Amino acid sequence: MATAQTQADRPRAAGAGAASAGFSSLLWRRPWLRAVGLLSAPLAWFVLIYLASLAVLLVTAFWRINPFTTDIERVWSLDNFKTLIESATYRRIALRTVGMAAAVTVTDAVVAFPFAYYMARVASSRVRSALFVAVLLPLWASYLARVYAWLLIFASNGALNWAVDKIGLPSLGIGYSNWAMWIVFSYIWLPFMIIPTYAALERVPHSYVEASADLGARGWRTTRRVIMPLALPGVIAGSIFTFSLTLGDYVTPILVGGAGSDFIGNVVYQSVGVANNIPFAAAFATVPVAIMALYLLLARRLGALEAL
Amino acid sequence: MTRQRGRFTRAVELLVLGAALALVASGCGGGSSTSTSGGGTTKPNLPTSIGPGEGQLNLVAWEGYAQPDWTKPFEQQTGCKVSAKYAGSSDEMVALMRNGGGGQYDLVSASGDADLRLIFGKDVQPINIGLIPSWNDFIPQLKSPPFNTINGVHYGVSYEWGPNVLLYNHEKVAAPQSWEVIYSSQYKGQITVPDNPIQIADAALYLSKKDQSLGITDPYELTQPQFDAAVNLLKQQRPLIKKYWALASQEITMFKNGDAVVGAAWPYQTNTLKADGVKVSDAIPSEGATGWADTWMLASKAPHPNCAYQWMKYVTTPTVQAQQAIFFGETPANTKACAEMDKQAKGSCAQYHANAPASYFDSISFWKTPLADCGNGKSECVPYTQWQQAWQEIKG
Repeated sequence: MATAQTQADRPRAAGAGAASAGFSSLLWRRPWLRAVGLLSAPLAWFVLIYLASLAVLLVTAFWRINPFTTDIERVWSLDNFKTLIESATYRRIALRTVGMAAAVTVTDAVVAFPFAYYMARVASSRVRSALFVAVLLPLWASYLARVYAWLLIFASNGALNWAVDKIGLPSLGIGYSNWAMWIVFSYIWLPFMIIPTYAALERVPHSYVEASADLGARGWRTTRRVIMPLALPGVIAGSIFTFSLTLGDYVTPILVGGAGSDFIGNVVYQSVGVANNIPFAAAFATVPVAIMALYLLLARRLGALEAL
Repeated sequence: MTRQRGRFTRAVELLVLGAALALVASGCGGGSSTSTSGGGTTKPNLPTSIGPGEGQLNLVAWEGYAQPDWTKPFEQQTGCKVSAKYAGSSDEMVALMRNGGGGQYDLVSASGDADLRLIFGKDVQPINIGLIPSWNDFIPQLKSPPFNTINGVHYGVSYEWGPNVLLYNHEKVAAPQSWEVIYSSQYKGQITVPDNPIQIADAALYLSKKDQSLGITDPYELTQPQFDAAVNLLKQQRPLIKKYWALASQEITMFKNGDAVVGAAWPYQTNTLKADGVKVSDAIPSEGATGWADTWMLASKAPHPNCAYQWMKYVTTPTVQAQQAIFFGETPANTKACAEMDKQAKGSCAQYHANAPASYFDSISFWKTPLADCGNGKSECVPYTQWQQAWQEIKG
């Protein structure tokens, strides 16, 4: 309140203004007050709703169920984690999930980079807007409708086999398989890779490209040595989306997956919704959380978090 | 960069602190609601009459069990609006009745392998069978069957029953005589079976005839070597499978699109596909079949018990029993439904075995919960939790 007193000689009419000026200078002098004012409400929400539920998830993972009635018994043990580590099945499912997430991420990066490059550095502003709409438009349609559309394409008597049949090739049996999942995932998450890559490429100043040319670098070398390193954080930012979205998905494996396509999410879903074994589901659910934490640490080291 | 890292570390510290606090809070909250009271079989206070309806009825049911053909007249008669949640397996039904402490659903059309779990889990309550007059006309085996009646206390009213069939596209597959067709590589990549641990019993039933040295007498009471043999057979079957179906509609889509030509199914899929003009037939192969006998069970915390009693009374009448039987392709519990079935669709009574002798009923291995107790006093059988784990290993 010392600030208010030093300004007491001001005209009365400005009293209200003085008080607010005093408040803002108080906030300026006490940065922690500013932080408290801005963050207390969202942080309370974050801690209570988000972190608390994560914590409950973690706690539940150490409980077990009664095998006959499937009621939860609050007895502490590491049995769920032991099952996860010792069972070859769950190891295979975790590896399949991570492998698919990685494959989809690489595919999307390879497809998205030239596309984003064209959008950011070649296309006229009119074409660029049209491409933007084209990238974002599928996101307006339901996720399920788009997955079902692929189901029809891959069906034994669907569009894909009709097309390969027309050009005289033997029909493909990739419906209900991991190949089908790979294509569908790559399609669905592609916009999430294109947008951050585009944003990173657009931020590369044109003068850098000119400087590179002045120093004698040809087009490909400029792309490789100047543009790609500068765009890399954008690609990694996009990969956070594609990787985490694939890692957590369970609907696509149900719909387009075949025999031997279960993801971590499917085991979690079946453990909760079918076997009613919530403790085991909680234990398995910590695996993607741990994987994403590692991934984010790695991404931060590569400077991708600033590009988000 | 160092400054930034410092800030980041501090943020992580804050998050960890928050998580630890939440952990403590949740730990304190736990452990209060696990008290169990009374046995599952105490003599209860049953209602002596059905009161006025509550205007709403929430069902957990198999696909095809809440069709407008019979829910619409029910809604008009009683004013109870029916909403149904479909489940694809008995496990899912048990989970639905239990999740969130129950209390959302009134009735569940549980099969024999879910009944005991629901009764001993106290998810369902005893009913007064006297309020359901059609019960007197039931076939004797389904009046007080051991899976829904304990010590004379009824935990629901029997509904319909039937076999799991072998479904095949008769343009591409010659009428199969044996379940062998879904375990052999002839139709590799075009086979589909249910995504359900109870499927192990189907393999055991097939093995009980094919490999008699195993000595399988009941496909739900398997000793470890018998169980391992069935699981092994299913693991060999996996590369032949196009997809394990979780909902009947998935299998229907696969047969329609030509992705599957042979599979294990319910008669419901056959009827739906035939109605759509798909060239399918079904059969009960020489080894026999597993099957189901369903019971409408009243949830312990049913919010609309009067509407639930009205429903149990309504769906056991010959007319609805016949409608359900013809629609799904199963057999009614009510013996008076036979005449009604022939009235609705000529010859359907004989087609769906509603007038079959008791020996037909006894030829089906009805779903039941596999327990460690083999039924002969010995506890050397494989319990259901292990069936579930093995099923995940089979699916990979």
